[in-house]
Amino acid sequence: MTRVSSYLLLVVFAPPLMLGIITKTKAAVAGRKGPPVLQPLYDTIKLLGKGAVYSTTTTWMFRLGPVISLSAALAAAALVPLGGAPLVAFNGDAILFAYLFALGRFVTVTAALDTGSSFEGMGASREVAFSSLAEPALILAFSSLAHRAGALSLAAMFAPHGGPSAAASTILALGSLFIVLLAENSRIPVDDPNTHLELTMIHEVMVLDHGGPDLAFILHGAGLKLVLMASLLVRLILPDKTFLGPLGTLAFGLAAAAVVIGLVESSMARLRLVRVPQLLVAAICASVFGLILALR
Amino acid sequence: MSPTSRFASIRNGEALDFSKIPVVPIEDFRSAILKLAAANHRLCALLCDGKDGRPPGSLLAVLADDIGGKLFLAASQPVTSYPSLTPDLAQAHLFEREIYEGSGIRPDGHPWLKPVRRALADKVAFFSEQGDEVHEVAVGPIHAGIIEPGHFRFQCHGEMVHHLEIQLGYQHRGAERLLREGPPHRSLAVAESICGDTAVAHAWAHCAMREALAGVSPTLRAEALRAIVLEVERLANHIGDLGAISNDIGFLPATAYFGRMRGDFLNMLMTISGNRYGKGMLRPGGVAFDLTAGMRTEILETINRSIRHLREVGGMFFGEPSVISRLEDTGTVSRKICDDLGLVGVCARATGADRDVRQDHPYGLYRFRHIPVVRLDSGDVFARAMVRFLEAQRSLEFLGDAVDHLPEGSATSPCAAPAANRLAVALVEGWRGEVCHIAKTGRDGSYDWYKVIDPSFHNWMALALALRGGEISDFPLCNKSFNLSYAGHDL
Repeated sequence: MTRVSSYLLLVVFAPPLMLGIITKTKAAVAGRKGPPVLQPLYDTIKLLGKGAVYSTTTTWMFRLGPVISLSAALAAAALVPLGGAPLVAFNGDAILFAYLFALGRFVTVTAALDTGSSFEGMGASREVAFSSLAEPALILAFSSLAHRAGALSLAAMFAPHGGPSAAASTILALGSLFIVLLAENSRIPVDDPNTHLELTMIHEVMVLDHGGPDLAFILHGAGLKLVLMASLLVRLILPDKTFLGPLGTLAFGLAAAAVVIGLVESSMARLRLVRVPQLLVAAICASVFGLILALR
Repeated sequence: MSPTSRFASIRNGEALDFSKIPVVPIEDFRSAILKLAAANHRLCALLCDGKDGRPPGSLLAVLADDIGGKLFLAASQPVTSYPSLTPDLAQAHLFEREIYEGSGIRPDGHPWLKPVRRALADKVAFFSEQGDEVHEVAVGPIHAGIIEPGHFRFQCHGEMVHHLEIQLGYQHRGAERLLREGPPHRSLAVAESICGDTAVAHAWAHCAMREALAGVSPTLRAEALRAIVLEVERLANHIGDLGAISNDIGFLPATAYFGRMRGDFLNMLMTISGNRYGKGMLRPGGVAFDLTAGMRTEILETINRSIRHLREVGGMFFGEPSVISRLEDTGTVSRKICDDLGLVGVCARATGADRDVRQDHPYGLYRFRHIPVVRLDSGDVFARAMVRFLEAQRSLEFLGDAVDHLPEGSATSPCAAPAANRLAVALVEGWRGEVCHIAKTGRDGSYDWYKVIDPSFHNWMALALALRGGEISDFPLCNKSFNLSYAGHDL
C-alpha cells in the first residue's frame, strides 16, 4: 500500500517540483526572483481546464501521441525503484524501461509528422537523429551496470552502493547517463526548453500544435521522464539508508539533481546543433569504456 | 575626365540649389555611377523624383565618398525604362525594385524584379528548389516571439540552407508620403516613428535636413545634447542586442545582466527627454530639453557604474568558451559581400570595413569630438557581437566626456521655414548604421519629395547571404546578430 501511495505521490508531484527547482536555480544564478517553484503544477492544472484545438489535417495519430507518451512514462515509473522497491520488477525490466522511453518518443514523433508542418518535420528528424545516438549510450551504460549486478533488473542494477566497490565502470556509466538525461529531457547544452525560436528547437517544436489537456500530458510526461532518469542516478550515488528514510533520500536527491541541472544550464551556452552528436558520441564512448572495465 | 565631373558635390548636412545638380542622359548617368562606384564610392541612395507614381520620371543618385567625406549627386533626364544597374552594381538591387514599385520606371535586365513592400507573400514569385531531398521551410509573417512581421523562405537540404529569401513589406505605413504631405508640425513625430528603436537617429537626420534647407545651424550646446541622446540610444540597443544574442544561445545569466543594463540607459533617456526611447527630445533648431546640474550628476554616476559593469558582464560573456564556440564561424559575411552590397553600420564594421558616418561624414558634435571606429575582420556572429560590445565601451567614454564638458549657451534656437527649390541630404550614424534623409523643396518651400533610407534597407540582403551554406538552426542567432528593422525597411 505504501509503495502504491509513494508511487502516486511521486509521479504526480515530483515532475512539476523538479522543473520548478531547475527554473528557480537558473533565476537565482541570473539574479532574478523567478516564478514560484510550483508554477509548472499551476500550468498543468490550467492546461487541463482548457479545451483543445485540432488541425483539420491531423488524424487520430495526432491525438494518440500525448496519451501514449504519458502512459509510457507512467509505466516506466512503475519499473523504477522510487524510494524502496519498484511496483513491478522482473529480470529484464531494464530493457522494457528503455523501450517504453522509445515508445513515447515514437508516438511523439509520429504525432509531429502527422501535422505536416515543416517545423515539426524538422524537429522530428532531429529528435530521431539524436536519440539514435542517445539510446546506445543508455543501453551500454545499462549493460555495464547489469553485468556488475548480475541481473537485468533496474532494482538490482541501481542498488545503492559506494566506497571502493563503486568501480570506475559505475562512474563512467553515471557520466554517460547524465549526458543522456540532458539530451532526453531537452536541457541545455543539447536543447533549450525556454526558447521561442522554432528553427532551433528539437523537442519543443514537435509539440507546437498540441494544446490544452494534450499539452498538459506532454509536459507532465516530459517532466516524469526527467524524474525517472534523475532518480536512477540518485540511487547510484546516495546510500540507501540515511536518516531521511528512503523516500526522503530520494526527494533530497531529486532536488539536488535539479539544482545541478540548473547550474549546468546557467554556466554554459547551448551547443551548436551539429555539435550535439559529438556530445552524445562522447556519452557512448564513456559507456563503452565502462563496459570494458566491467567485463575485465 | 575625372569620374566626379558629372556630379554636384556637397557635404553631409548641406543643402544645394536643385538646379545645380547636373541632369544628364540616362546612359551617361548610368556609366557615371558605375565609374564612381568602381572608384570606391558607395551608393547611398538611388531614387526617382516622381511625385505621382507614374512614369516617366527622372532618377537621382547620391554616392558617398567615405574617405573624402563628400556626397556626389547626379540626376538623369526623365525616362520610362532604362538598362538596370544591378547586374553591374549589386548595391542598386533593392533601390531599383523600390523605384519600379513606386513609379513604374522599369530597370530592364534586373535579375529579380519583384515588389519590395506592396506584395502579399502569397502573390509574388519566390525562388524554389526541386528534388527528392530538398525541402522548403516558410517562417512568418506571424512569429512565435514578439517581433515584427516578415516572411522568410528557406530552401534546405536537411539542416543545410541553400537559399533564404526574405519578403518584407508588412509594416508599410507610408512614412515618406506622410513626411511629404505634412502637415509640417507632425513631420518630426512621423520621423521618430519610422523605426521605434532608432527614434533619436531618425529625428536627428530629419532635423539636420530641415536646418540645412532653412540655412540655420543649432547651437553647440544643442549639438552636444543631441550627441548625448544618440549615444545613449546606441548604448541601450547595443547592450540589449548582446543580451538578446545571449538569450538565443541559452546563456541566461548574461541575458539578465545585459537586460538590466539596457534598462539603465532607457531610464537615462527618460530622465533627459521624458520618453524611454528619446522621442520628443530633438526639434528643428535644437533640442527640447536641457540638462540640469542634478541630471548631469545622476547621468555621470550611471555612466561610471556602467563602465565597470559592462566590462564585468562582457568579460563573463566573451570569456565563456561555450559562448565563443557558438558564435564563431556562424553566419559569416565576407568583406566582398559587404562592399558589393554596400553594407553599413555594425554589419559592415564586423567585416573589416572602416565605415562610420561619425568619422567619414562628421556632423554635429562629432566634428569636434572624435569617436574611435571599431572594426573586426571575421564577419561572423562573434564579430557583430564584439563590435557592439566595443562600441558600447567607446560610447560610454564619449558620453562621460560630453556630459562633463557640456558647452554653455542656449539649447535651442529658432528654425526658419525651408527655402524654395533646394535639396538637402542628412546622414546620421544610428546604432544600426547610416540613417539617410533626403528631401527636395518645391517653389513654395513645401516638400516635393522626401526619401528615407534606414540602415536595414542596405543590410537585409546580407542576412540572406550569411545563411547560405549554413544551418537552418543558426538562423535565429544570425538574425539577432544583425537585428535589422522591419519597420525601417518597410517605411
